[in-house]
Amino acid sequence: MNVSIKKSILHTLFTKAGSLIKPNRGNQVASSRHQYLNNAFRAIVFKEVSDHVRSWRFIILVAIIALTCFGSLYAALSVIDKAVKPNDPEGTFIFLKLFTLSDGTLPSYAVYISFLGPLLGISLGFDAINSEHNRGTLSRLLAQPIHRDYILNAKFLGSLIVISVLLFALGFLVMGIGLIAIGIPPTVEEFMRIIAFILLSIVYVAFWLNLSIFFSVRFRQTATSALSGIAVWLFFSVFYPMIITMVSKAFQPSEFASAHEIAGYERLMSVMLYLLPNQLFSVATSTLLMPSIRSLGTLSMEQMTGALPGPLPIGQSLMLVWAQVTALIAATVLCFALSYVSFMRKEIRSR
Amino acid sequence: MSGFAIELVGLTKKYGSFTAVDHLNLSIKKGEVFGLLGPNGAGKSTTILMILGLTDPASGHARVCGIDPTVKPIEVKRLVGYLPEDVGFYDDRTGYDNLMYTARLNSIPDAEAQQRIVRLLERVGLSGEAGKKTGTYSRGMRQRLGLADVLIKNPEIIILDEPTLGIDPKGVREFLNLILELSKEEGLTVLFSSHHLHQVQQVCDRVGLFVKGKLLAEGNVQSLAQKLFTRSPYVIEAGISGNGESVKEIASLLKPINGVEEIALKDKYYEISCTRDATAEIAKEIVASGLSLTHLSRKEYGLDDIYYRYFEGGEEHERIN
Repeated sequence: MNVSIKKSILHTLFTKAGSLIKPNRGNQVASSRHQYLNNAFRAIVFKEVSDHVRSWRFIILVAIIALTCFGSLYAALSVIDKAVKPNDPEGTFIFLKLFTLSDGTLPSYAVYISFLGPLLGISLGFDAINSEHNRGTLSRLLAQPIHRDYILNAKFLGSLIVISVLLFALGFLVMGIGLIAIGIPPTVEEFMRIIAFILLSIVYVAFWLNLSIFFSVRFRQTATSALSGIAVWLFFSVFYPMIITMVSKAFQPSEFASAHEIAGYERLMSVMLYLLPNQLFSVATSTLLMPSIRSLGTLSMEQMTGALPGPLPIGQSLMLVWAQVTALIAATVLCFALSYVSFMRKEIRSR
Repeated sequence: MSGFAIELVGLTKKYGSFTAVDHLNLSIKKGEVFGLLGPNGAGKSTTILMILGLTDPASGHARVCGIDPTVKPIEVKRLVGYLPEDVGFYDDRTGYDNLMYTARLNSIPDAEAQQRIVRLLERVGLSGEAGKKTGTYSRGMRQRLGLADVLIKNPEIIILDEPTLGIDPKGVREFLNLILELSKEEGLTVLFSSHHLHQVQQVCDRVGLFVKGKLLAEGNVQSLAQKLFTRSPYVIEAGISGNGESVKEIASLLKPINGVEEIALKDKYYEISCTRDATAEIAKEIVASGLSLTHLSRKEYGLDDIYYRYFEGGEEHERIN
């Protein structure tokens, strides 16, 4: 069953991307069982997407995110002329600075996404299952000839489509406005880096989406699941960094500690930091958007000797952040698996 | 393939140590309207969930048109329409859109679905409200929309879980008639669960009495009454006015009649329990003895009596067995 679902998701995602936007009316006679179930799956995905797009919640969120992003773009544009210095290894990557520069009052675009992305993911997923249950539509839905996991998969896919369209649209808008404002077109490599950055932010938001879908399966009340999602978000973005600061103070080696001790301490700190999805995202983002970042850990003097300060090619930058990206994807899959198991085991009674 | 629409054999469901459904055996013929009658928490809904394959039985098996719902739930759900207790709709969508969504989930081509929806909405009397959001619907309207929703996939069997809950009496009668008409028109098998005796009595061909996970009796209302009231299935109520005769005197007068078992005075009428229908002889005897007969009626056993006998008097039931 799993394989067929995976297949159907991929199928819908890639080969039928066009027909997703327009319902395939011509060929709806269910010629085979596969086709039959595929139609039903598509119907749920449509319904989810249109539900999201119509909802006030989504419109408000889009407005907030768009406003802050354009604010950050404005801030970046106002300081971009001072940002390009002679002999800067990133001098050739002016376009990327649109996403990373800030004038000190407003954070940059990338920082905004890492801060507001979770909110977007949580708000799209926190009532995925429990609101259906509370409205009494879940038992009606389950009585239709579809696999139970279709509901969960379609809800995830529907929200993912909405998120992807939104993030791509925003990213391209920022690029377009930036292009008009600074008049320097992006190079192919810059463009690729921005695409990689957008894909990465989709994965990041998908993690929060899955986490909140899990809460929506787990908790009966939508308010509870929304609050749990926000609690996790606050914990990761406010409290966990505080804990890390405390721990780092407690474990800080003395000035006279050996290199070995200092390296151990650094390793401990980085392990603790990388438990944070936000940290994974922001490290990966800055590596992708700042080609001069060459390493994410501590380097010994031996490794430094002979290194020329120059930008990395995109392939090398991707290699550098591969661990972070994998960790993010793994966290996403873990949340999805948890909600999957919990949903499949659940006995659904009417309200 | 057997001629049964639904066949349950030794069906059991346990939640921890609690047995919700206990070795249930039940067969429902095609085209039959079957009423599952029992108090709240008797295991009716659990049985329905097992028939639909939404929950797995601990032991025993169910067959729906010969298909095992545990193994092939999708095939079963294609044949069975299920109206859950307290059905809900997407409140921000119109009644039409809600039905269209169900049709799409059943892979019915849009053009065909459109025709069916229009026909069904007219049938359940919601044509005028099709374009309104379901959030504005009343309870009765939602229930009727639910019926249309169930019928849109052209099912062979429809299962209605407490469909009349929370509707006013007039609405209930209309709704029940609608079910009856539709089932006759479309040749549907209907499984109908309720704790309202009168409703079940009105529409069902056969009734199953369900208490604490066990099916206590099944059959039509008459045969159920006969099964239960084996000793004296007939009760005749007589109003006798005379010159202040005592109950004993009346009893001695009527006792010789063949079949009369017991005579008791209840309120102002005498209740005469008989093993056969002795109404005519009783009337003759009373009139012949010079007493005046003011009232005479044969009491029918309704489900009420059956219900109380089973649900209230659990010990009495043990005694009967």
